[in-house]
Amino acid sequence: MKNFMALFATPVQRVTGILAIVTLYVTLANGLLPPDSFLYVSDYSVTLLGKYLCYALLALSVDLVWGYCGILSLGHGAFFALGGYAMGMYLMRQIGDRGVYGNADLPDFMVFLNWDVLPWFWAGSDSFIWMVVMVVLAPGLLAYIFGVMAFRSRVSGVYLSIMTQAMTYALLLAFFRNEMGFGGNNGLTDFKDILGYSLQSGSTRLSLFIITAVVLWLAFFICNRIVNSKAGKIVMAIRDAENRSRFVGYNTASYKVALFTFSAVLAGIAGALYVPQVGIINPGEFSPINSIEMVIWVAIGGRGTLYGAIVGALVVSYAKTRFTAIMPEAWLFALGGLFVLVTLLLPKGLVGLWPTLKAKAQQLWPKTKEQAL
Amino acid sequence: MILFARLIFLMLFIVALSWPLKAAEFENFETALTALPEANFKSLPELLEAIAELDDQRVSSLFTHLSKGEVYFQKSDKQVFYVVDQADGTANIVDVISGEVVQDINKNQLSKVKTTNSIRSGIAQLQAQLNLNHQDSAIRLNAAREMLADVTRISDKRLADRQTKEENSAVADILILIAALKELSKEDSAAQLAALESLDSSLEPDVRQVLVAASQDKERYSPEVQIKIKATLASIENQRNLYSYAENIFFGLSLGSVLLLAAIGLAITFGVMGVINMAHGEMMMLGAYTTYVIQQCFPNLIEYSLLIAIPAAFLVSGLVGVLIERSVIQFLKGRPLETLLATFGISLILQQLVRTVFSPLNRQVIAPEWMSGSWQINPVFSVTFNRLYIIIFSLIVFFMLLIFLKKSALGLHVRAVAQNRDMARALSIRSNWVDAATFGLGSGIAGIAGVVLSQLTNVGPNLGQAYIIDSFLVVVFGGVGNLWGTLVSAMTLGVLNKFLEPITGPVMATIIVLVGLVFFIQKRPMGLFPQKGRAVE
Repeated sequence: MKNFMALFATPVQRVTGILAIVTLYVTLANGLLPPDSFLYVSDYSVTLLGKYLCYALLALSVDLVWGYCGILSLGHGAFFALGGYAMGMYLMRQIGDRGVYGNADLPDFMVFLNWDVLPWFWAGSDSFIWMVVMVVLAPGLLAYIFGVMAFRSRVSGVYLSIMTQAMTYALLLAFFRNEMGFGGNNGLTDFKDILGYSLQSGSTRLSLFIITAVVLWLAFFICNRIVNSKAGKIVMAIRDAENRSRFVGYNTASYKVALFTFSAVLAGIAGALYVPQVGIINPGEFSPINSIEMVIWVAIGGRGTLYGAIVGALVVSYAKTRFTAIMPEAWLFALGGLFVLVTLLLPKGLVGLWPTLKAKAQQLWPKTKEQAL
Repeated sequence: MILFARLIFLMLFIVALSWPLKAAEFENFETALTALPEANFKSLPELLEAIAELDDQRVSSLFTHLSKGEVYFQKSDKQVFYVVDQADGTANIVDVISGEVVQDINKNQLSKVKTTNSIRSGIAQLQAQLNLNHQDSAIRLNAAREMLADVTRISDKRLADRQTKEENSAVADILILIAALKELSKEDSAAQLAALESLDSSLEPDVRQVLVAASQDKERYSPEVQIKIKATLASIENQRNLYSYAENIFFGLSLGSVLLLAAIGLAITFGVMGVINMAHGEMMMLGAYTTYVIQQCFPNLIEYSLLIAIPAAFLVSGLVGVLIERSVIQFLKGRPLETLLATFGISLILQQLVRTVFSPLNRQVIAPEWMSGSWQINPVFSVTFNRLYIIIFSLIVFFMLLIFLKKSALGLHVRAVAQNRDMARALSIRSNWVDAATFGLGSGIAGIAGVVLSQLTNVGPNLGQAYIIDSFLVVVFGGVGNLWGTLVSAMTLGVLNKFLEPITGPVMATIIVLVGLVFFIQKRPMGLFPQKGRAVE
């Protein structure tokens, strides 16, 4: 037993272990158990869990820049949505002539707009490899350009937050336009299959869930490596005192740009994994409130701890699913209340709660532990 | 069968052409009326034209009733009546000649003088001619304007007659234009050139249309006249462009003053206190809903409702602001990002609160009468009163705030705490109290902005959301902590937006301004008018 518990000693091991157990359980329960069994996991729940894991990946990317570098991005939803649109374009092309208008080359909405050729930026969108490239490139490039401009001119703090919000707001307005060529208001939807596998089938959904879990684990592992490396130490130094780090001789802007870009790519990947599971991507994903919800996941879970971000995303998303089903009116009250309470009372988030309580307990009853031993 | 129908049609057509086209002339109104019951669709227009020639006060009202389909005649003796249906279902029957109400006739005994669409539009033309002789100069002006579209409607003799009698200068100006357009249609180069002289720089759209048509007509006008027409058109275009610039600037300033009102409260909380208040938009929303509630409570005082709503909204939003400051923001001092999150939470709660209390649907706020209407400066440029008042009002609020901060004791304390909190405290300024008051002031002004917004947009739970990003950008663009900067940046952004809109469309204009601002902040992170200082962390 003691050996078993030792497997869960560090946060990395804990996350790895729990992710592995959950994935394994869901796979087995969904694949092998009969539907009427108590322990059965339905296809719907698999997709829902997959969605939560995408959110967790997204929260991880937000936490990486906010928790470790002090960059409060209120525009990570933009990167998420861009990754999602890259995937959506690929899935759209996979529909082929099965759309309402039966046009083999053009997606339905383009036929509807009386376009007769694909716009140039849709070139190559029917290739899976190109899609993967775009999922990384589109959010990465935007974040790189934005980061270079913002961090080189030393825009920081709330100014940066407001600028990121303006960025996602501008993209929201742009993507709502039909002329942009991304389906306007309705976005991209009615997907049929991915790499030839039907998106409706249970096995595809299960596979997507497993892939998401693996990607989340990989991302967590890499993020953990980054924050524990020498570069990670510098990033945290920048968070705590940027000018001092600069005076010591570090090029703080480069570190920030690199971290911001990497984080945006993670968000984009999360979006790309999200779209085939929920089956739609529309401009609503760019709306500023979405980006702010991501921040609250991290705040509630505990910023500055990577596993805290994952916990926060899962807990809040689950609560949202529950709340909006039972009493939709109360969700915004609850979310708003969470913002206020967490910032006022739980600056370290949920994962900070346990160590704080333990410390409090030790303070109150310093001897009980020794007596117990 | 079709051939047969065509044949009949052709025959009818020929018969119609050969009908004598003599316009009947009548001695007086009474004799003309006797012809009315016998007229058919074809002869009615001629008859009406003949009636219009009569110099009689009753003609105008006959035309008005005729175009509404209220003219009837008695089958037996061909006497003509107006039959005006009353709200209670009965009909008021009036004798056309005497103008007296007739009691002993039933509507069923009468049959209607039928008109067609084309006859009705003919009546409208005739009435325009009649109105040109009306006593009321405003009616004459309208009639003259309408006449511009088709100057053949008035004879040279009548026009000259009218011109000698006309006393109102605005009407006389239009009459000159009409005369000029008439001259222009004549086959005489000298007359045409003289006419063009007086058409120069006229802003009437009809004049421009005639000239555009004329510039294409190579047969009627000699090359010399053609050149003159082109020059006249160019000068008209110039004038029009000038006024469309003026209009853009006016719209831009009105948008800018809305932005100013929205941002100025933020300039205080964010600029002076350094507190990011994401619930600022919701303070505006509360102000707008206060207006709604006041209109609901005092339905008889709609005309004054805005005047009551302004102080009420200031109090409501201001008190909510003080409450927020005391309960949340004071505990988050020096942690701007946490403040941002907490106030965002508050904004969500307030939105949902309004949704629960007032329903998620938009509420109707009535515009008082003095806010509606517009001031028509010339045919292409008019100023709507509500926008004009909003510009003036926002400037008043701005300067009052400026004076308050510069001259009052509390204003002095606010600036002292903003500059150096510890030093201010050492000088016995109660910084906590000043913080609450400042935040209340900023929120209260947001409430006033909400009253103004209730006159321009829909009042709904998302009202504030639309303005929050814009307001932040205005403050950041102008330079934090600088009220003058806020004024300049709000007006600049407003005008910029309105000049871009016709070129790119409203959505692209917003996007371009947003992207432009992002670039601007890269170059000048402290805004247009940065505060001077040497502090670093």
